[in-house]
Amino acid sequence: MKEELFELLIRLGDDHLVLGHRVSEWCGHAPMLEEDLALPNIALDLIGQARSLYTYAGEVEGRGRDEDQIAYVRLERDYHNLLLTERPNGDFAHTIVRQLFFSVFMQAWWREAVKSTDETLAAIAAKAVKEAAYHVRHAAEWTIRLGDGTEESAHRMEEAVSALWPYTGEMFETDAVTEALAEAGIAPDPSSLKAEWDKVIADVFAEALLSAPDEAWQQSGGRKGRHGEEMGYLLADLQYIQRAYPDMTW
Amino acid sequence: MTNETPLWEVFIRPRNGLAHRHCGSLHAADAEMALQAARDVYTRRGEGTSIWVVPSAEITASDPKDKDELFEPTADKIYRHPTFYDIPDEVGHM
Repeated sequence: MKEELFELLIRLGDDHLVLGHRVSEWCGHAPMLEEDLALPNIALDLIGQARSLYTYAGEVEGRGRDEDQIAYVRLERDYHNLLLTERPNGDFAHTIVRQLFFSVFMQAWWREAVKSTDETLAAIAAKAVKEAAYHVRHAAEWTIRLGDGTEESAHRMEEAVSALWPYTGEMFETDAVTEALAEAGIAPDPSSLKAEWDKVIADVFAEALLSAPDEAWQQSGGRKGRHGEEMGYLLADLQYIQRAYPDMTW
Repeated sequence: MTNETPLWEVFIRPRNGLAHRHCGSLHAADAEMALQAARDVYTRRGEGTSIWVVPSAEITASDPKDKDELFEPTADKIYRHPTFYDIPDEVGHM
């Protein structure tokens, strides 16, 4: 079970690090001061969650790697994040829709993980579930106002939803890792969270006057390390300091 | 932007038992968004346990020109200050 748990922690840690990095790219560029603080707040929550997950992954692995070594000096194929999390920020609508899709999923995931038979994961979940609840609230309120806003904001939201929808199916994928962990009561079966995710998204979209695309072709591959071309640029930014000055600390 | 996002005044209560205190202002589309923005802008370092947001346009302010008639008359009423009494130590901070 050690291998499966390690793989889970890497997947989740990568989701949070990569999305946290993406959201942090808004720092200093957000459309208004209030969001210039709100988005980095969210980024810091996500990166904080990644730190806890990586630190625990290092302990589970037992080869002496710490959070920085796991975060910064792996190759692209070794990152097992959801493709959704690496999608570029695009406009504010893309960023908000991406956050809504991911945070609604993670809120359901953490809520189940609070009951994990693994005490460390349960403790990480207990902290993260509160942060995720706020991320959902922030993204959902913006989705409602932009979807039911001006002609332009509604149009941009529709574009963002249709661009990102093909990246949502990957969240619910199962494989030998998720099945073994679900059976052991360590982590929720992601496919079991689909109904709740569908309902929350449908409720938000109803208020936002947005509609979900018909179930269509879905992207996949992130969990196996197959990324979009944007991932390399993201990692170049993210890893630069540790690559240029190995083991440097602030 | 400011037409769609009017100004709000933010009040934070630092701890239970204390009053909400004005701490600044922000722009937001409506009350719910103002509340979220207040949380993100003004409670990043654990400053608060409760937030009020009030549309700035709803605040009625005194006119600075009236300051003589409003505030001057108290200047010579020093007996209103509790400086003529010895306060027992047990009372603590007043």
